[in-house]
Amino acid sequence: MTTTEKPDYKVVGTRPIRPDGVEKVTGKALYGADINLPGLVHGAVLRSPHAHARIVSIDTSAAQAMPGVLAVVTHADLPVVSDKALDMGEGISTASDMSKNVLAADKVLYRGHAVAGVAATNVHDALSALEAIKVEYEVLPPVLNVQDAMREDAPLLDDSRHTKTPTGDLSDNASNIAAHTRFEGGDVEAAFAAADIVVEREFDTKMVHQGYIEPHNGTANWNSDGTLTVWTSTQGAFAVRSALSELLKLPVSRIRVIPMEIGGGFGGKIGLYLEPIAAILSRKSGRPVQLTMDRTDVFQATGPTSGGHMKGKIAVKDGKITAAEVSLAFEAGAFPGSPVGAGAMCMLSPYEVENFKVDAFDVVVNKPKVAAYRAPGAPNASFCVEQLIDELARESGADPLQFRLSNSAREGSRMITGVAHPRIGHEETVQAVQSSDHYQSPIEGPNRGRGVASGFWFNAGMQSSVIASVNPDGTVNLIEGSTDIGGTRASLAMQLAETLGIEYERIRPTVADTDSVGHNDVTGGSRTTYASGQAVYEAGLDVQQQMVSRAAKLWECETEDVEYVDGSLRHKSDSEKTITFAELAGKQMETGGPLQGRGTVMARTPGAAFGVHLVDVEVDTETGKVEILRYTIAQDVGTAVHPSYVEGQMQGGVVQGIGWALNEEYYYGEDGRMENSSFLDYRMPTSLDLPMIDTIIVEVPNPGHPFGVRGVGEVPIVPPLAAIANAINDATGHRFTELPISPRRVVEELHNLQ
Amino acid sequence: MKEIDYLAPSSLGEAYAALQTGKTSAFLAGGTDIIVQLREGRKQVDQLIDVKHIPELVSYKWTDDGGLEIGAAVPFAEIYGDAEIVHRLPCLIDCATLVGGIQIQSRACFGGNIGNSGPAADTIPALIALGATLTVGSADGLRDIRLEEFFTGPGQNVLGSGELIVKVNIPPQPANSGSFFHRFIPRNEMDIAVVNVGARLDLDSNGERIEGARISVGAVAPTPLYVAAAGDALVGEAPTDEAFARAADIAADAATPITDMRGSIAQRVHLTRVLTNRALNEALARSRED
Amino acid sequence: MPTRRTHIQTNLNGEEVDFLCEPRQSLLEVLREELGLTGTKEGCNNGNCGACSVIMNGRVVNSCCVLGVEAEGAEVTTIEGVAEGEALHPLQQCFLEEAALQCGVCTPGFIIASKALLDSEPSPDEGRIRHWLAGNLCRCTGYDKIVRAVLKASDMEEVSA
Ligand SMILES: Cc1cc2nc3c(=O)[nH]c(=O)nc-3n(C[C@H](O)[C@H](O)[C@H](O)COP(=O)(O)OP(=O)(O)OC[C@H]3O[C@@H](n4cnc5c(N)ncnc54)[C@H](O)[C@@H]3O)c2cc1C
Ligand code: FES
Ligand code: FES
Repeated sequence: MTTTEKPDYKVVGTRPIRPDGVEKVTGKALYGADINLPGLVHGAVLRSPHAHARIVSIDTSAAQAMPGVLAVVTHADLPVVSDKALDMGEGISTASDMSKNVLAADKVLYRGHAVAGVAATNVHDALSALEAIKVEYEVLPPVLNVQDAMREDAPLLDDSRHTKTPTGDLSDNASNIAAHTRFEGGDVEAAFAAADIVVEREFDTKMVHQGYIEPHNGTANWNSDGTLTVWTSTQGAFAVRSALSELLKLPVSRIRVIPMEIGGGFGGKIGLYLEPIAAILSRKSGRPVQLTMDRTDVFQATGPTSGGHMKGKIAVKDGKITAAEVSLAFEAGAFPGSPVGAGAMCMLSPYEVENFKVDAFDVVVNKPKVAAYRAPGAPNASFCVEQLIDELARESGADPLQFRLSNSAREGSRMITGVAHPRIGHEETVQAVQSSDHYQSPIEGPNRGRGVASGFWFNAGMQSSVIASVNPDGTVNLIEGSTDIGGTRASLAMQLAETLGIEYERIRPTVADTDSVGHNDVTGGSRTTYASGQAVYEAGLDVQQQMVSRAAKLWECETEDVEYVDGSLRHKSDSEKTITFAELAGKQMETGGPLQGRGTVMARTPGAAFGVHLVDVEVDTETGKVEILRYTIAQDVGTAVHPSYVEGQMQGGVVQGIGWALNEEYYYGEDGRMENSSFLDYRMPTSLDLPMIDTIIVEVPNPGHPFGVRGVGEVPIVPPLAAIANAINDATGHRFTELPISPRRVVEELHNLQ
Repeated sequence: MKEIDYLAPSSLGEAYAALQTGKTSAFLAGGTDIIVQLREGRKQVDQLIDVKHIPELVSYKWTDDGGLEIGAAVPFAEIYGDAEIVHRLPCLIDCATLVGGIQIQSRACFGGNIGNSGPAADTIPALIALGATLTVGSADGLRDIRLEEFFTGPGQNVLGSGELIVKVNIPPQPANSGSFFHRFIPRNEMDIAVVNVGARLDLDSNGERIEGARISVGAVAPTPLYVAAAGDALVGEAPTDEAFARAADIAADAATPITDMRGSIAQRVHLTRVLTNRALNEALARSRED
Repeated sequence: MPTRRTHIQTNLNGEEVDFLCEPRQSLLEVLREELGLTGTKEGCNNGNCGACSVIMNGRVVNSCCVLGVEAEGAEVTTIEGVAEGEALHPLQQCFLEEAALQCGVCTPGFIIASKALLDSEPSPDEGRIRHWLAGNLCRCTGYDKIVRAVLKASDMEEVSA
């Protein structure tokens, strides 16, 4: 569904086969753990068995003396680093927190916290050596949720941490609340007093993991000239380089990061875990060292996203939302930096809300430090707001979609940050769902229900750079620095083909290492197709321009007399004089030597994305099991460059959301141990748990991008939690305010068990 | 994984001899429990004895009286790939088709499921309902054990250190009998039972009166439970909703579950009742087939 | 003490191969570390994800739950043995055409598992495919396009059969 007349693209909007596809379906593509190097040795990491403890002493001497062991590292081997903020692209941390997270310093702050690393000739020996490392702990009581952590008498993770308050001052007392942010506008009290309907509820969500299938890995070689080469599966090779530079106190010019294929990230493969340990082990052993995590490590010791507690209150007068008061407290894990601010800024953005007061608390707890996860913060916050909206629509007797439409934000509406929306497509997206076959078909049958929810995500812009080198046979090598997690080689190659007016097959994209291309921020924030796409467009224009001057040289005319049309150069007034892209590419020698285009961007207007989801469920009220009967997602994608991969992003995001809604959670024992740290017990959806996911692509072009592209990848995970809760409410008459809405919770609440 | 020896005896005799060496041993059937347990350090032994080269353990056959003897190491995929078993013992298929996913079923087997002796093991309530016995062998010869008497605790059973499970014997089922295995998991596959129930109903020739019933429940106690009282309460009754509800209550009363990541006490007791009821209804439907 | 390594002979992707391995090494470890066949992936190392699927003696198994020594005398097919030279298997072609992979790390496992299905059941329906593939986790695609790719490949195979 397109809302405006789309330009007549030749490549954009088609569905070609991705350039890296054959390698990936034949098993030849090399992911991080697939690399082998001469002399490569393996390592293992010792992890804390306690959720909270002081490290009294570490004795590695016995391990060091074991057969096959080449090196052992602890925090003492890392340089002392500053409190300098490190912006990893999605989520900010300080160098010292990151260093303490990589290898625990004086305290372990979660079970699984890395304490020491070992390199040995094989992985089995490395694992045996871990058992010989003696660590003496003074065990401390853990804090495992935000309510406990926020209590005045709570055990503190860090005695020296004070709350950064809304005024910017620090609190007097030390606290587990790292930051309190507030957004305020209008007159909330007056609006609530004047309202027709007010609903108010509290909500809880649990920590969940991105669940990428490939575990983290890192391979490092500390060369004899003092340079460091790192191979890793990361969302951002340049972010790894700059963080390694800070943590190891090594200039970026001495670090080369080679991005391997990456088996999923969703935000979780931006931070550093293994790379610095592998680097020091390599320096100490003189051998290239590879570290990989097992699945338990991935769950316990990487960066999931926050659970938290939320309180929301929204008012309606004459069918219009007039006020919202929401308080969000999110777990940051062991170090500050939850996505609570982003959640706060997103949750009300589909609507016009004049009077609001939003409080956001970033709270440390004895769990792994959270990382980004697809639209970080927004799904949880929307679980709260979109259920309240549903309730308000019900109480107003309004159709839930119509209610959203009549309260929808549009161009010019202000978000709670005060920023006005540019051209956005929330209304169009709601309408797309209204006219869908799914919405038009009534849902019937006992214990069945239907729910809807809206979602918003900013999308990121940031920096990208690419190089386009023209080959004599008329093909183009596109060198990019954004790692390809889900088909961006294709979407970038397509945009270059479109810009140059040549066939997609003539573009050969390569993801280069940090020595081979200019800076690129992470593949995250749904930015790659959008922002690197702009860089590609710039590079294409650069090539066009150079070709124009070369044709002018060939024809001995002014450049003004030459035009570049549809992959050919033409003399504007002499129709005899034309030359195709490929022909001119073959004449590079005669026309001035190698031809290379460049594109660099600092993208600023990313173009927000909206999604509206519709879901039908059936609840087995005896067993508590919820079945997803039918699911439709509509999303404004600006322009779908490769519609298949756009649909894939939408479907993948929805299914992660379904897992989050129904089963996924970090299940903790009182001792702070995550008990379900395996795929068997963490329960991500399998193919058998799902129907097909129907997609409706809405295209409201982004004025900030040459082809109208908006980020696509993140917003699809925002609405499912609330949409499913709303559907279950419709089916059972019971509102579930705590995630996951697992069979256990459903039977316990519906049957008043316990 | 710690270093380990691997042996692949090609006869029962060789296997018994391997058990006499004084080394600690585990058996390797499909490996879907033991390999993971050894790798994660949850178990440690000197030697792994691969039982898949012992002819008696990798074959199955119908007995003259209509029973089925299944070698302990026959993978589930082979069992449910046999049309006759599918037809004659659907309850066996209920459990064999839902252990893990397809990859697991290619290797996993009854002997491993029973040998692992997990409280939530899926084939056990089904087999207990069917009245199965085990044939266990050692250098001293063979002995038969009723399955419900085999388990002594989580991961524990009556097997002596020189013994292994040779085969599972499913006795001939009465003419008007039906059995069903039902499991509850949050996902639809790839999950460990929150509760599982096997139920068998033997009806009289008119299908109006219950002559015998066996009910077994898993994941609600340290071992799979055979709830004889629940079955006994049905004997002599008509197969009505009320009778089934009473049996389900007895089964639920017998449950002494724990709360863990897979379910809570209250949920498990509740599910025991629900699943027993459903399993009895399905078993009744099956008794009326053919 | 040097670790004991056993000599194993197996038919791997149609070729007789020899290797040495320790009993504690999984088939997955042997394929990846000893034989350099890194197309078979590790996602969990405990049978939960299917990324390490290979076909062994005609059945699809998780190679992380098989010991390398068990491959003695076996026939094993890995993702590297699915295409015939430059000719992709219909499943590989359909995965590409249907955009059934995003990050691609689960893809070898899905193709192997799907191949085992189509080898034994040439025309499965959607429900059967979803059931068969439940032991293979994919976190990127939501399975929709994977299921469509397998359906399409089964149509192609039928046509070519
Ligand atoms: C991903 C995954 C999913 C699973 N899902 C389920 C499920 O849904 N339901 C379920 O019940 N289980 C499940 N399991 C557990 C496991 O697959 C089953 O218990 C299986 O039946 C074990 O059989 P096996 O042949 O693989 O046993 P093995 O691992 O080979 O052996 C298991 C144990 O039995 C002993 N043993 C084996 N053979 C003999 C013998 N002949 N005599 C005496 N002892 C013997 C071994 O010493 C060992 O201790 C799952 C496992 C995994 C990895
Ligand atoms: S790696 Fe073998 S099943 Fe996951
Ligand atoms: S494509 Fe990434 S896990 Fe399947």
